[in-house]
Amino acid sequence: MSSVSSADIKREFSKSVLGITGILIIISLITVSIIAAITIPASTFQEWNNPEKWLEYPKTSVPIWVNYFTAEKIPEHKIIEPQIFQSNSNNVYLTSQQFLINFEFDDFPSDFVYEYEAKYSNAHLISVNLLRPDGLEVNLLTMSLPFSENETIYKQRIFSTDEMIKKNLLMSSNLFMFDISQKSVTDILFSDTNENKILKGNYAFVVNVYGIDNQSKITDSKIVLGGKAYGFMGTDELRRDLAVGLLWGTPLALFIGVSVAIGSVVVGLIYGVYSGYKGKKTDETMMRFNDIIYALPALPFLIILAVTISNSIFLMIGFLMIFSWVGVAKVSRSMSLQIKTRQYVEAAKIMGQKDSKIIFRHIIPQLLPYAFASIAISVPAAITTEAGLSFLGLGDPSFPTWGQILHDANTYGATAQGFWWWIIPPGLLIAITGLAFVFIGNALDSIVNPKLKR
Amino acid sequence: MLGLKRYLVTRGLTMFGVLLVTLLLTVALVGSNMDTILKQGIIFQVRSEITDNPSIAKSFTNPEDFEAFVQQKIDERIIALGLDTPWYSPQRIGYTMFKIMILDFGNATFLTSDTGSPNVGDILLEKLPKTVLLFTTATIIISIIGILLGAASSSKIGSKTDRLTSTFAVISSSFPVWWIGMLMIFAFAFVYQIFPARATPDIEPSDPGYILSLLYHMALPLITIVLIGFGSWAYLVRNFMVGVMQEDFITAKRTIGINKKKIIYKHALKNAAPPIVTILALSLSGSLGGAIITEAVFDWPGMGRLYFEAISVMDLPVIIGSTYVLTVLFLISIFIADLLYGYFDPRVRTGL
Repeated sequence: MSSVSSADIKREFSKSVLGITGILIIISLITVSIIAAITIPASTFQEWNNPEKWLEYPKTSVPIWVNYFTAEKIPEHKIIEPQIFQSNSNNVYLTSQQFLINFEFDDFPSDFVYEYEAKYSNAHLISVNLLRPDGLEVNLLTMSLPFSENETIYKQRIFSTDEMIKKNLLMSSNLFMFDISQKSVTDILFSDTNENKILKGNYAFVVNVYGIDNQSKITDSKIVLGGKAYGFMGTDELRRDLAVGLLWGTPLALFIGVSVAIGSVVVGLIYGVYSGYKGKKTDETMMRFNDIIYALPALPFLIILAVTISNSIFLMIGFLMIFSWVGVAKVSRSMSLQIKTRQYVEAAKIMGQKDSKIIFRHIIPQLLPYAFASIAISVPAAITTEAGLSFLGLGDPSFPTWGQILHDANTYGATAQGFWWWIIPPGLLIAITGLAFVFIGNALDSIVNPKLKR
Repeated sequence: MLGLKRYLVTRGLTMFGVLLVTLLLTVALVGSNMDTILKQGIIFQVRSEITDNPSIAKSFTNPEDFEAFVQQKIDERIIALGLDTPWYSPQRIGYTMFKIMILDFGNATFLTSDTGSPNVGDILLEKLPKTVLLFTTATIIISIIGILLGAASSSKIGSKTDRLTSTFAVISSSFPVWWIGMLMIFAFAFVYQIFPARATPDIEPSDPGYILSLLYHMALPLITIVLIGFGSWAYLVRNFMVGVMQEDFITAKRTIGINKKKIIYKHALKNAAPPIVTILALSLSGSLGGAIITEAVFDWPGMGRLYFEAISVMDLPVIIGSTYVLTVLFLISIFIADLLYGYFDPRVRTGL
């Protein structure tokens, strides 16, 4: 092993296309992590396994960009915020909310939910209307809010499957040239009047709340228009936005991979160098211990450890380290055996320098290029092993990782039902992250070990 | 030859040490849970025996006496089974380890073999051949493709084959086998319905068509494992060969004009054999560990899936049994690797 200066490594590395590609991939992954940390509040991420949080989202929806590639546009799932206007004439106070939707899809929305919170006193009346692109205005529902003498807060969800809405529609069945009695509410509302075909254009839900002698205050109101396409990455069976899970999985995977790699390489390096430098009995004993760890079947043990002790992500990192330092220790031992016979090490020894000083000053610096290459090379193994354990359902539930997304996909039979957007992205991210580190590791390795290059 | 013997004895002793350490660790990790489960089992057993036999309850007039009687029965059994001393007492650990060592794993808590036997030994004996069948076949295919491709690319370094092999090796090694498995199932069992999605054959093992059905069900996992595995193999073989090709004796052979093909496939490959064979043995053992996830994805009825099922229902005797068997297999293949390495490379024997 010839010593290579850091300037040499830098120069050689900048010539390696794969090495640069690896660096670029990692930089973009880090950027993604930072974007995730800034744009997605950590609270969203912590609620990953809380089904209540995801009620408004659609079930197993394709990513919205799928519509760019298909002739038939799949209706997007939309959560629409209102524009609120307030007015007052002759002691009738009106709060009007308008929800604007540009509906340009080739299928009917599956349903809609109107959700609001009203703060009022005395009697109030609410009416929900839909203004269609053809100018038709359909009254869906008119009802009074529960009477209350004192100021009260009333929360309600109105579903498109509400019987009142269907009844109101049936009363105006003469508007439609086809039989609407067997159709669902959204199939009627978003249909052309002549035949049951989608009517594209601008729709507006108008919700008016009338009150006499006081103004009502509407908060938290929104309309969720059910569709089959949502978000950049789609959603899963539990209605979770996969983009959130995938984005937050990035810093986690990097954290797991890098900390396991650094930890095990540092431990292995010091262990191996010390063993090789000391030699004799110490070396023999230390290498026997190394052999024992080396011969332990890692995965069954990791599984038992996760099941019996804990599956906390920090402990898992420790467990993974236990099994991954041995290889590095073996190689660094044989390297230190060579280095310790060099004259400057011998000289330092004769001058009476302490062992620890010789090891850290003279031997380990020589091994640093090798150490960096090993760190890069051992990252992918750590990431895939963690992903594998998560895939078996042994992951830390408070930190959902890519492996856990795949575990859920497998549990809910995503392969059988063709939910490709649930299966492909997490695995691809695992592979790309691993690949980036392998690229860097190989580039470093071929600089440190020039024999393999030709 | 004395050197080799000494070498093998040291290695053998290390292996045995590892086996003991593994056993001890496994027993230590699951021991306390095991005791709780066993005790609950006894309580359940005693209570059900008493409810099955109403005359016992009738002979007691006082409910407190009756409870004391039941408790006494339970205690008797706990003592009879030696559960009164804690699991970490030396005698009990020793006894447990001894029993495992002689392959007496007792009865499973929940799982049974296909024939309905709860004996862990029976279950393992039924699953083991299937894992060996799948993974040995895969390893053999992988190594054949790998050696041929690796030798071919080392003969023309920098050629298209060489670069393609290296790239494929790097890329395929980054993909988790189980994820590719999911994609393969998605593509070839559902989109194109060529192979069955679940790798467990749906006919009875006694049926004459069982073997054929098993092989058909094995196709998809086998293809997946080979697809992911052969690239890195070819790359390894290539690197060993590149090293050997730089040795002086090869240069000498080349200068005296021996055919290049002959040099590669006869002389160089022979010299690269020891590390290749060693890694073959090691990768076989490594694949056994990986079997847990792969078999879970493909639902292949082998050791890996058994392990996964045992973990999910916490069937401790099965967990201990399969860990032991997996470790023994792992150690045997490491030992064989050592043996081959010591045989091929005389430097090892002298204890470097």
